[in-house]
Amino acid sequence: MPKRTDIHKIMVIGSGPIIIGQAAEFDYSGTQACMALREEGYEVVLVNSNPATIMTDTEIADRVYIEPLTTDSVSRIIRQEYPDAILPTLGGQVGLNMAMSLSEAGILDELGIELLGTKLTAINQAEDRELFKELMNDLNEPIPPSKTVNTTQEALDFADEIGYPVIVRPAFTMGGTGGGLCDNKDQLAQIAANGLDLSPVTQCLIEKSITGYKEIEFEVMRDHKDNTMVVCSMENFDPVGIHTGDSIVFAPTQTLADREYQILRDVSLRLISALKIEGGCNVQLALDPNSFNYNVIEVNPRVSRSSALASKATGYPIAKMAAKIAVGLTLDEIKNPVTGTTFAEFEPALDYVVAKIPRWPFDKFARANRKLGTQMKATGEVMAIGRTAEEALQKAVRSLEIDEKDLFSDEAQAATDQKLEEKIMHPQDDRIFYLTEAFRRGYTIEELHELTKINAYFLDLLKHITELEVEICKNPNNLESLEKAKKYGFSDMTVAKLWNSKESKIRALRKSNKLIPVYKMVDTCAAEFESQTPYFYSTYDMENESVPSDRKSILVVGSGPIRIGQGVEFDYATVHSVKAIQKLGYEAIVMNSNPETVSTDFSVSDKLYFEPLTLEDVLNVIELEKPLGVIVQFGGQTAINLAAGLVENGVKILGTTVEDLDRAEDRELFDQVINNLGLKQPIGKTATTQEGVVKIAAEIGYPVLVRPSYVLGGRAMEIVNDEIELNDYLEHNAKAAIDHPILVDAYLEGMECEVDAICDGKDVLLPGIMEHIEHAGVHSGDSMAVYPPQSFSEDIKQQIVDATKKLAVALKCVGIMNIQFIIHDNEAYVLEVNPRASRTVPFLSKITGIEMAQVATKVILGQSLKELGFKSGLYPESKTIHVKAPVFSFSKLEDVDSYLGPEMKSTGEVMGSDHTFEKALLKAFAGAKMELPMSGNVLLTIDSNDKEAVLPVAQRFSRVGYRLFATNGTAAFLKEHGLHVMKVNKIGEDGKSDLDILKIIKDGQIQLVINTMSHDQEVTSDGFTIRQTAIEHNVPLLTSLNTADALGRAMENRTFATDVIK
Amino acid sequence: MKRYLILEDGSIFKGEGFGANITTTGEVVFTTGMTGYQEAVTDQSFANQILVFTNPLIGNYGVNLDDYESIEPRCKGVICHELARTSSNWRQQSSFADFLVQMNIPGIKGIDTRALTKKLRSAGTMKGRIIDSTDDLEHAFSQLNATVVNKNLVAQVSTSKPYPNPGSKRNVVVIDFGLKHSILRELAKRDCNTIVLPYNATAEDIFKLKPDGVLLTNGPGDPKSLPAAIEMIQKVEQKLPLFGICLGHQLFALANGADTFKMKFGHRGFNHPVREIASGRICFTSQNHGYAVAPDSVDNDVMNITYREINDGTVEGLRHKNYPAFSVQFHPDAAPGPHDAVDIFDDFMHMIDTRKDERNA
Repeated sequence: MPKRTDIHKIMVIGSGPIIIGQAAEFDYSGTQACMALREEGYEVVLVNSNPATIMTDTEIADRVYIEPLTTDSVSRIIRQEYPDAILPTLGGQVGLNMAMSLSEAGILDELGIELLGTKLTAINQAEDRELFKELMNDLNEPIPPSKTVNTTQEALDFADEIGYPVIVRPAFTMGGTGGGLCDNKDQLAQIAANGLDLSPVTQCLIEKSITGYKEIEFEVMRDHKDNTMVVCSMENFDPVGIHTGDSIVFAPTQTLADREYQILRDVSLRLISALKIEGGCNVQLALDPNSFNYNVIEVNPRVSRSSALASKATGYPIAKMAAKIAVGLTLDEIKNPVTGTTFAEFEPALDYVVAKIPRWPFDKFARANRKLGTQMKATGEVMAIGRTAEEALQKAVRSLEIDEKDLFSDEAQAATDQKLEEKIMHPQDDRIFYLTEAFRRGYTIEELHELTKINAYFLDLLKHITELEVEICKNPNNLESLEKAKKYGFSDMTVAKLWNSKESKIRALRKSNKLIPVYKMVDTCAAEFESQTPYFYSTYDMENESVPSDRKSILVVGSGPIRIGQGVEFDYATVHSVKAIQKLGYEAIVMNSNPETVSTDFSVSDKLYFEPLTLEDVLNVIELEKPLGVIVQFGGQTAINLAAGLVENGVKILGTTVEDLDRAEDRELFDQVINNLGLKQPIGKTATTQEGVVKIAAEIGYPVLVRPSYVLGGRAMEIVNDEIELNDYLEHNAKAAIDHPILVDAYLEGMECEVDAICDGKDVLLPGIMEHIEHAGVHSGDSMAVYPPQSFSEDIKQQIVDATKKLAVALKCVGIMNIQFIIHDNEAYVLEVNPRASRTVPFLSKITGIEMAQVATKVILGQSLKELGFKSGLYPESKTIHVKAPVFSFSKLEDVDSYLGPEMKSTGEVMGSDHTFEKALLKAFAGAKMELPMSGNVLLTIDSNDKEAVLPVAQRFSRVGYRLFATNGTAAFLKEHGLHVMKVNKIGEDGKSDLDILKIIKDGQIQLVINTMSHDQEVTSDGFTIRQTAIEHNVPLLTSLNTADALGRAMENRTFATDVIK
Repeated sequence: MKRYLILEDGSIFKGEGFGANITTTGEVVFTTGMTGYQEAVTDQSFANQILVFTNPLIGNYGVNLDDYESIEPRCKGVICHELARTSSNWRQQSSFADFLVQMNIPGIKGIDTRALTKKLRSAGTMKGRIIDSTDDLEHAFSQLNATVVNKNLVAQVSTSKPYPNPGSKRNVVVIDFGLKHSILRELAKRDCNTIVLPYNATAEDIFKLKPDGVLLTNGPGDPKSLPAAIEMIQKVEQKLPLFGICLGHQLFALANGADTFKMKFGHRGFNHPVREIASGRICFTSQNHGYAVAPDSVDNDVMNITYREINDGTVEGLRHKNYPAFSVQFHPDAAPGPHDAVDIFDDFMHMIDTRKDERNA
């Protein structure tokens, strides 16, 4: 059946900002879909609010809109574009929900727009728990006994009927937000109430828990001729009970006999047929480990995170095929792009093992509740491929880029047996380290199975690794042991640890004995057919399949897993760097470990190595490929951190040299540069004793910014106002010591801004200056920012440009860099220089039309800015105003303070663009889900120091028709200034008012909470409790008066003035 | 114990032995199924062959009595990359390695099975030999090259005496060329009263039992080495509903004037997509064959091609134009592999019932 000719223009809906449960995988799927549709000759209109995506590049679609994903905004675009159809199944849950709400709004019927891929009925059947249950009953498929409830009492009654433990699953929430496992009445009462609140339809499913079952996933495809097939099967290391996004996953299934596998395959295909999905679909199943009994857990009627993983695990491009199927093509007429010879109707056969491990944000959120359950908490994931499961697992562990570089963890080693068992019984992100440690202590597989219900096969992988540790330990410098270690995925670093040697020595020993990895191809067919896929992974085996070409090549190191502080922006830059390399005629080789991304789509680069980004693994590829050099400027801190080691091993880093990178990153060297250039920066000092810290803080003068020198990205950075707070900080965060100095900086009040600059060694191009809306003190990644700057005079801009030019040239930057400034008393102070691409690169690229990563790459490869047609200096400012707003995932994480500070907390961002600043602001807020009604109630809970500052904000909200609510002090102050204020009781305060502060938030009386109280991070503080309550009840929350003022200003702009004449 | 796999092209793969500690020689073939190693090893179609698993790990769920496809497998050896240390499954009765010892089948692990598969893919199926590392290599190679492929494999694997598989509905005679138990399981599910006859049963032997239908099973080797069976089919198809599977399909083709040929490396695995020509429907099928029916040799006046593999166009199914007789190259009985085509057994039942009705009418 050929493709449809009755439709011409198709709208693709993206997935919006990155949040927990919805990460870069939808940039990958959306990009693939757009390209596939254009390949078939359709005109593609793309809408997404997230500028940090490849899919919003102008070359991906015919028409690109970076606009809020709200019904209003998307409807406006539809009325401009009149698409014939919408493809909503590639933009995650956001895309599907948008399709549903557009349909409910009636615009699809009105304009005769068709939904492609999955019909609304199917979306409803898969997403609405009752309809899903009905469908499963009709199909005679077993599901755990369950009931949809709308009140907590109903939940409790049903649980009494079926018995505990039960699982709460709120309807229509992302990543299972708000759900959880309950062992008793109390837990259920609490979790059900929360879940009902978070569900947009106040609906939860209460379900009998099948904890302990094997959790199996199938990625299946179907076309309109009802051809169905399985792309990939996956099995979770952790049994049912932990969200699949938070589980360690292996592909293909590892413990199923053929009978079990085929039973579950049949179910999955029956389901996709019953739902009549045209495209891809994800089926989650639970299998009793002691019988053929299974349960259907969930069906996702769309491309999902698991499909991205399945695509990378098999090489089969699910999203691309799904898009082609959506326009009427069938699986048996689409060519399999991997082999080029077979058809897309082909169930991939793997001849390797894939391991996925989630990447959690608990390194940033030290106080967060790390318990894993039905609510996903990971921000990203890594994948690794090996010829043994042990190899895949160990490669995945070292891909995580966490403190643990292998399965050794200091904490686990130090734990008592009792603590160890507790850690094993109550799963957290770090359970695998404790399990491994347990084997080292002699626990048996049976004992650990009893505690965890994890399959003996999986436990044995860890046991095997510990046995190998012993064997390696016993045989220092023994080649046979070393070879065995490598086959099972041990890194040189770990072997060095076990042999009390050095990583470099192990490497030398290996190389001199020709013990080097080979690279095998991912080809979807287990070598049955000849394939041309340039997609490889390393292993220790006989035959190497990756043959370097004769062309000159450049290696680009990617940015690894998505985490807070290092998001999809860096993948964006990586992909653009690849494009530029190819444009200049070189072969572009990519290394990365993140299965969600566009950069790990093998069709993006000339060659893809899916590998951990450690020195050993990168050097191995370099020694095979012998590229001209390596580009590290686009892979975030991951790539930059590798630079020094690479140079030590004789590798050429292209662009800014390692010594110059060092001069930007080393504090003392950097101070010298600043002094030599006569630039200004806040006074900063270093101390190595507690007393020293207190002393220099007093010298500099409070408030000061303190942070340990050895952590990056604002981790453990705080603003302290006096000595008491400083001592408290030192007690909680970091002990100053000789090898752990503490940095103390003067904290200057003022507006912050940042620039990205491209330098060819001589000329310096500044595509734009971004002014932060929040004052200094909020991490730049968490700040709203506006381009062009709204409050800077020409003089200040000139200061910024001059300083940037001087710094870029002095630091001998070749390529791209990012500089942060603070404007204090009309003078620009340099806060920080990052000698690499920053997270604002995609944002500024979209705004200015300068493909910054590409320009920088060309400069790195020797072209001058002049040759590329750019003048030195600030690029002419555009007329349109663009506002970037951060997006947070607080509702997914317990015990994380949402108060914004110097430590980054956001997971994603959106962009709002319009002709005025206020409209752009409004759009940015809307994109970040801060769309407020025309009138309502705002609760002001303000730190006593902020009273003066809150007045103009309160006045703005009052003017647009918002009733003000405040506690005693603030209320009195605002009343004094003539505002109408409702007084509310503080937490635990009785009697003075009828209004209880937490109750009015919970009851939905409040539309916005502005809270600047007690940001000491204590989870028991009032400020924290208020913020947490707002987040739990989905009430927009702002913790900076600057942001609140901007919101007020934007709202004023959409409201008619109500000026009294007399 | 260190062992070697040597191939007739002179290549040597070093690995470690497991299973039975014997020297073995056979045709080296690969299968791409990611599950079902037990079913594969016990499949008599692998008689005389050394089986390479492309899945890097086997043995991970042990072995159990339910999943045997024959009682005395004649597979000559097993080659894998990694043998699971621990197997864990609720049905498991022994480990895969112990099972191989019991069945006297040698195995070799630690082999770069991907490199080996690529070799077989490009050079075609080859003879190979699993030997001890201490064996004299030159001697081993000369032994290997001197080995003549056994032409009479079916005789080795077929039952020597008839036996019943009782049921109460339809009387079906199964001709055992190397039958997989899953065929009997499918017939039992449909309550057939089955009698299994040896491969050399004549048409007369069959007619004496007055069956409602005849099923020709899968089996090893070259269909052309069974001229008597071809003769039998030519007689039986005129009188009784007939269904051929795999080798049975090839014999059915030969009986009706078509030709067969030896494929370069065959189809072994279960992700082969097959199109039913009449409906356009596509099934993923379990396959295990090194010979195939030559498409051009099929006389369209005698038979229709009913199924084809979508990628290489292999003739996957035939139907006689005048008689109630048909065949498929793949295994609708799966085991191991997908169940997509299992309803073909129902087609056979339907054919039997229609024929019965006609006769009774």
